[in-house]
Amino acid sequence: MAEKKNLPIGGVITEAGTAHEYVTGGWRKLKPLLDKGKCTNCLICWVMCPDSAIVVQDGKMIGFDMEHCKGCGICAEECPDKVKAIKMEEEAG
Amino acid sequence: MAITMIKGQVGLTGNSAIAYAMKQINPDVCAAYPITPSTQVVEEFSSYVADGKVDTEFITVESEHSAMSACIGASAAGARVMTATSSQGLALMWEMLYIASGMRLPIVLTDVNRALSAPINIHCDHSDSMGARDSGWIQIYSETVQEAYDNLFQAVRIAENEKVLLPVMVCLDGFITSHAIENISLIVDDDIKQFIGEYKAQHPLLDTDHPVTYGAMTLPDTYIEFKRQQSEAIARAKDVVSEIGKEFGNRFGREYGLMEKYKLDDAEAAIVILSSAAGTTKVAVDELRKAGKKVGILRPRLFRPFPFEEIAGALKNVKAVAVLDRADSMSGFGGPLFNEIRSALYELEKRPKVVSRIFGLGGRDYMVKDAVQVFDELLGIFKTGKIETLMKYITL
Repeated sequence: MAEKKNLPIGGVITEAGTAHEYVTGGWRKLKPLLDKGKCTNCLICWVMCPDSAIVVQDGKMIGFDMEHCKGCGICAEECPDKVKAIKMEEEAG
Repeated sequence: MAITMIKGQVGLTGNSAIAYAMKQINPDVCAAYPITPSTQVVEEFSSYVADGKVDTEFITVESEHSAMSACIGASAAGARVMTATSSQGLALMWEMLYIASGMRLPIVLTDVNRALSAPINIHCDHSDSMGARDSGWIQIYSETVQEAYDNLFQAVRIAENEKVLLPVMVCLDGFITSHAIENISLIVDDDIKQFIGEYKAQHPLLDTDHPVTYGAMTLPDTYIEFKRQQSEAIARAKDVVSEIGKEFGNRFGREYGLMEKYKLDDAEAAIVILSSAAGTTKVAVDELRKAGKKVGILRPRLFRPFPFEEIAGALKNVKAVAVLDRADSMSGFGGPLFNEIRSALYELEKRPKVVSRIFGLGGRDYMVKDAVQVFDELLGIFKTGKIETLMKYITL
C-alpha cells in the first residue's frame, strides 16, 4: 500500500514506453499463423499492426510478439490477396 | 473598450471586469465559445488578443465541449489556461470537467451563472454551476463585480498551489453582476504579476526530454487511489483558499474568507444565501435590525470544497436558519445548498431549525420584501420552535 500512496498526481505516467511492460497477449481469442513460404516480406502487416506486434529482423518478417498481439486479425486482412501468408486460428481449440 | 481610471475607481460591468482581469493575468491559452450572459468576457478578451495586449493563444472552437477539451490539452502541455462560459455551455463541458479535475489541471473558468433549459431561459440562477458541483472543481461564488474581479486572481493562485492542483470555477450572477456597472478598484498590472507569479507545470507534455502520458487507463488496482488523492487535494484546498484570501487582503486591502458573516454573531434568525442576492438580503437585515430584530446573513464564498466545520461554527448560536437556493436539485428535498448546510449542522449538539427556500429561478427578481418575509417566518420559528413549512418556493 505504501507504494500506492506515492502514485503520481492525476495518473500521469512519468516514463516513456511503459506500454511495453503491459502484457496484452492474454486478451487474444484468435491467433495469427505465418506461412513463411508464402510471405514476400512486404511488411504491410508491420505497418498496419496496431500493437506493434509484428517482429521484423534484417528487413524480414519473422513472426509475432505473442505477449502483445491481441489477435485482431488486421495483419491477416491486410496481407495482399495474392500472398495471404497469415491466417487466423482459434487460440484455444 | 478603453478603461480609464478616475480616482482609482472605474465603472465596469462584471463581464468587462473579468475580461480585464484575464488581460492582467495574461494566460498562455484561452479556448472559449461565447454564450449569454458571459459573451462579453470572451468578446472583450479576444479583442485584447487581437490588439496584441496579451500574449495569449486564443483557440476558437466549435463548442464548449471542445473549448474545455482544448483547455485540458493546453494545460497538460504546461500552459496557464483560462476560459469562461454559462449555462448550456457549462453543461456541454460536463464530461470534460471531470477530466480536467481528475488529471489535476489548474484551469480557471469563469461561470456567469444562468438557468439551464428546459424551458430555455437566459437569466440568472445557479442550476448550471450546481450541476457541476461534484465534478471536482473548486467553486467560488462572487457577490459583486469587485469580488468577481478579485476572485479571478486568487483562483489562479489556488488552482496552481502545489498542495491543490485542481481547476477552479469562479461564479458570478448572470446579468445581475455580469451586466451591471459597478465602481470597482483595479489593481495595477505589476502587482498582479507579482501576486500570481509564473506558472511552472510539474509534468508538461511539451517537455520532450521528460516524456509523460496523461489520461492513461487505470483499472480496479489503482483507480480508487487516484480518486482518494484527488479527494484529499480538494479538502486541502480549503486552507489554501483562506491563506490566499488573507494574502490578497494584506497586499490589496480587500480580504476574503471562506464565507461572509453579516450581523450574524448575535442573530437569532439567519439567511444563508450565495452571490448577489446576499446584497439584497443585507438591505433587509439593516431594515429589520433598525426595528430591533436580531437577524443576520451567512454568505458562503467557497462552496467546493464545502467548509462544513466553519459553517457549523458560524451558525451554531442561530436558532432558525433559512437556506435560500437559486437552484433546485430536483430531489424532492430542497436545494443543493440547503442539503449541504443542513448536513453540516448535524454534528452540532444543539442544532438550529433549518428550512429550504428556493427563489429567483430563471432570473425571477428577489427583492428586499422577499427577504423580509423569510426573516418574519424565521422569527416565528424562533418563537414557537416549530417549522410549519420545511421546503417551499418563494418569489412566485
